[in-house]
Amino acid sequence: MNRMEKALFELHEMDDLAARHSAVHDLCPLAKLLTTIAYILIVVSFSKYDLSGLFPLILYPAIVFQFSGIPPAVCFRKTRFVLPLVLAVGLFNPLLDRTAVLRLGGVSVSGGVVSMLTLMLKGILALTASFLLMATTGIDRLCAALRQLRVPGVLVTLLLLTYRYVGVMTEEVGVMTDAYHLRAPGQKGIHHSAWGSFLGQLLLRSMDRAGELYSSMLLRGFRDEFPYVETRKCAGKDVLWLGFWTGSFLLARFVNIAQLLGSLAVR
Amino acid sequence: MHMADALLAPAVAATMYVASGAAAGVSIHQLKKEDDPQKLPTMAVTAALVFAGQMINYTIPGTGSSGHMCGGMLLSALLGPQAGFLSMIVVLTIQCLFFADGGLMALGANIWNMAFYGCFVGYYLIWRPILRGNSALSQRARIVLASVLGCVVTLQLGAFSVVLETSLSGITELPFGAFMALMQPIHLAIGLIEGAVTAAVLVFVYAARPALLRDVDAQGGRYSLKATIAILAIVAAIVGGGLSHLASSDPDGLEWALFGNAEAGYSENMGLDEEDFGLSSSAADTAGAIQERTSFLPDYAFADSDSAAGTTVSGLVGSAMVAGAAAIICLAGGFFRRKKVAA
Repeated sequence: MNRMEKALFELHEMDDLAARHSAVHDLCPLAKLLTTIAYILIVVSFSKYDLSGLFPLILYPAIVFQFSGIPPAVCFRKTRFVLPLVLAVGLFNPLLDRTAVLRLGGVSVSGGVVSMLTLMLKGILALTASFLLMATTGIDRLCAALRQLRVPGVLVTLLLLTYRYVGVMTEEVGVMTDAYHLRAPGQKGIHHSAWGSFLGQLLLRSMDRAGELYSSMLLRGFRDEFPYVETRKCAGKDVLWLGFWTGSFLLARFVNIAQLLGSLAVR
Repeated sequence: MHMADALLAPAVAATMYVASGAAAGVSIHQLKKEDDPQKLPTMAVTAALVFAGQMINYTIPGTGSSGHMCGGMLLSALLGPQAGFLSMIVVLTIQCLFFADGGLMALGANIWNMAFYGCFVGYYLIWRPILRGNSALSQRARIVLASVLGCVVTLQLGAFSVVLETSLSGITELPFGAFMALMQPIHLAIGLIEGAVTAAVLVFVYAARPALLRDVDAQGGRYSLKATIAILAIVAAIVGGGLSHLASSDPDGLEWALFGNAEAGYSENMGLDEEDFGLSSSAADTAGAIQERTSFLPDYAFADSDSAAGTTVSGLVGSAMVAGAAAIICLAGGFFRRKKVAA
């Protein structure tokens, strides 16, 4: 499987997950979008040493995974893009911040280690929330929610249209890459003599195709913007979902729940 | 160069959203003024092509590694800066939403770092002046020069922004200078490769259908593409040689931060002995002083170390309880799902 086929697989996988039905899938997309934004904002607002304060926020993805039936393994596979950069930035913290902040048994743990772990947890939680939004909402319903938030129609239509064509283009580039490598076995990438023509030819064909595409869209009644059949206003349960979670996130932000529970248990 | 949410403080992320949103607003306004409805599908198809094209590996001659093309410069050369910028926004949004490449909150910063510089700075300050200017270079040579220079400059600006945004967010302990010293040279190499690949694609488009490219006319210049590449190589060798001399005579950012530079008057930076580091110096003793000097936001320390030690135990126990609760939720969910499937 080449890179393009893997990307296509991931796109189709997300579409399949979003097409499922569950209590979370059936919520209003706008409520889910706002909840996700609130969650990410709260997660990243924790101080870099507040690992215990941040920890209770793992309950949100844990509960949403369960209510939606989305397999967590799919999400953790996607962390491969984000975690390396987060790790690269956080890896220097233990080297440069050696102030001991706690002792576990006989071992001192430095502030750098705590801040690195907090950074990694923040990265994973923020990514998981975005993933759950897309896996339970899908691009069509998300675009409808964006329009409800008054995001300009041009941008939303462009996003939807590009998403449709990403599949087509990725497939075409994948086939071209396979064909090239079958004729040039053992070669790692595209030879420099074909750098321009390889993508250039596809680019010219695609630009022509764009004209035909626009004509066909006009024939099917396109008038600057797609009609969003999935648009629906937030009902009581959607408001409840948004209110409950936003309240919980704020509570976790201002009260160290883990410490509170711990002190009750230790006492 | 995609930044994750965890690398940004909410205030920095919000600022970058406002900046990118303003640029997007101006672009949409400009696009509406142009009133070319056919442009939308062209933008979508080209953006999708850039998305797919960035996955192609191009073998770099003489090395075992490979590079990719630079989306911002390609899109602004084909569609113009405004349409190119909007197309890059959707490419970055799809990468963020479906491939977890960058974060939802960091999207504003990623748009600024990768789309704004590539499309606006790359087009208005590099592509257009070079392509429209009175120079003896042929059109093909100008395209190559603009592409390479554009990719290098815009990637340097993007990398600098990543360093600035991360440092302002107070995420890393790495001093600003040292972080920059790590990021900029890597992106210089990446910019050169991306520039070369982008130039190859644009030269092909120019040869096949020059009308598709912005600011290009058919008039030729005195110097051919080969002559220009030879001149560029000589200039690069001279500049590279000069820079490497500078680099070897001055300490790099990390060395500067750790050991100081007495000649420049920074001998007190970290107070470490370069010759005897690790033997007679105690990094742990000086770490607090180092942070005071180098950290951008040094107000994250524990206020009271005694109470911090005391509350740590309860924090750990509480976290374990939360982890237990999460595990129970997961197990219960699995149990009920299995029961539902069995029924």
